[in-house]
Amino acid sequence: MQKVKSPKLPGTAKLLLFPSVITLFVIGIFPLLFSLWVSTRQYELSKPYLPHSFVGIDNFKAVLWNPEFWTALRITFTFLLIALPLQLILGTLLAVYIYNLRSPRFSALLRVVLVLPIAVTPTITGLLGRLLFNSDFGVINYVLSLIGVEPVQWLADQKAAFIAVIMLDTWQWTPFAALVLIASLMVIPPQVLEAGELDAGAGWSLFRYMQLPFLLPGFTALLILRTADILKMYDTIYSFSKGGPGVATELVSLYINRIGFGKVFNIGMGSAQAILLLVICIVLSRTYIKLFYKEIEA
Amino acid sequence: MVNTKREHRKKPRLKFWELLVGSGVMFVILFPIYWMIITGLRPQTETFSTKPRLIPTFTLEHYREILAEGSVMHGLLNSTIIASISTLLALMLGAPAAYVLARWDFKKKNDLWFWIISNRFISPIVVVLPFFLIAINLKLVDTYWIMIIIYQTFAIPFVVWLSVDQFRAIPKEVDEAASVDGASILKTFFSINLPLAIPGLSVSAILVFVACWNELLFAQILTRSSAITGPVVALGYMSGYDIRWGPMMATSTLVVIPIILLAAALSKNLVRGLAMGAIK
Repeated sequence: MQKVKSPKLPGTAKLLLFPSVITLFVIGIFPLLFSLWVSTRQYELSKPYLPHSFVGIDNFKAVLWNPEFWTALRITFTFLLIALPLQLILGTLLAVYIYNLRSPRFSALLRVVLVLPIAVTPTITGLLGRLLFNSDFGVINYVLSLIGVEPVQWLADQKAAFIAVIMLDTWQWTPFAALVLIASLMVIPPQVLEAGELDAGAGWSLFRYMQLPFLLPGFTALLILRTADILKMYDTIYSFSKGGPGVATELVSLYINRIGFGKVFNIGMGSAQAILLLVICIVLSRTYIKLFYKEIEA
Repeated sequence: MVNTKREHRKKPRLKFWELLVGSGVMFVILFPIYWMIITGLRPQTETFSTKPRLIPTFTLEHYREILAEGSVMHGLLNSTIIASISTLLALMLGAPAAYVLARWDFKKKNDLWFWIISNRFISPIVVVLPFFLIAINLKLVDTYWIMIIIYQTFAIPFVVWLSVDQFRAIPKEVDEAASVDGASILKTFFSINLPLAIPGLSVSAILVFVACWNELLFAQILTRSSAITGPVVALGYMSGYDIRWGPMMATSTLVVIPIILLAAALSKNLVRGLAMGAIK
């Protein structure tokens, strides 16, 4: 029955499939339509006396003409373009290092340690960042002072705050990159490696020709997952800097949150921004999945 | 397994630089967590000392304070309830769907699969705006209900995404034998496939639980006091000019430690689940 690739799903299988599909549809699509409706209204929660009059695409125009929105997008993509390669490179180094360790016990220990940052609540990572990067008594400034660096105002200086946020994200997610890449290396059959060692020798060329090809699926997966995460990123930055100083660390999710739920409570405008962000997410994910995902057997 | 194969290939000896690098990595990863724990255990004056002291003067005053105040325990209890029920619900809905996706080909399957995994790309801020308005109108703000419902927006796709492989790993012949014996699809799923997939599904469950436990944005916007979750309580210490570092880090420790221990205990399975889910 299952062997035949029938395009029709048996009724009882539908019974298993539909509950989740219907639920996702209701909680995913319905709010979205609602969002779309709100985005065409003048809707400020802070001014309940105003009628929610229809304004057409004015909210969208306002968003697109607003430089703040573009700034938030620029900051988000700058973050992506710095953090992602950094984490991939560090993750690769870590993965290759751990994979080649000769002591199984030490490498097992390292792998357990690598799991820990991934589990840490991102909100707490941000709070912890405030403690470690504190300009008066933070450990990081203390260590810097040992090598003669003046105290850095991590939360007051725009560049420093951006660097600090990238460091926090890198602390939390490089281990994940490393673990995914170790798993990719683990699928190399030992015979292949041994043959490779005879052929290519050790060191760089062994890595380049024998290990790198096996790492590619891992890179792809990380690229997709981390891009999605960074476009969504909110918790760590909110608890660390609230997007400040100024808008230096205000990634797009934080910006929309400020417009929709901040002082102005401009839900109409926030919805328009959210919909634009959604479009960006869909285009990016479509492109990525089309380019990379082998999951779908056509 | 791979290790034992590699062992006889290489001498199991750790070089000095390897030990050094490994220790450095562990230090960088563990130090912030250590610092969080001891900041919760030392008097605030010591936190402010400009020369950091690695070994704290031990005190439980912050823990006594936050336990007496009660909001932390309340938040952790809420987190536990919301994350558990959300995980259970997502498994009940997502696991059968994953089974169907693993076993059958049908029209529009690709579109469906794409739609489910593209949920990972959707920013929570996009989801929460309409939910907030709906929740106000239905008077669901600050209830478990709205939290459990909104968590399904990421929990169901996550379960489906992680679990499809679990069902694929079960040989199709099992199903075929069952159908020859006259078992219905439902029976084949519930009495054969589901029990076989439980070990894999429990990994999905833990990952989803952790994701719910750690979530901030939804909880921040949709809860006020009675359904407030752990991370939101911890964030509460940030308001005002004088941050109370001791209670804040004690609270943070209580939020983080349970799941860190969970993750460490199950690290092998979790890594396999996460990494394999990622690589496919």
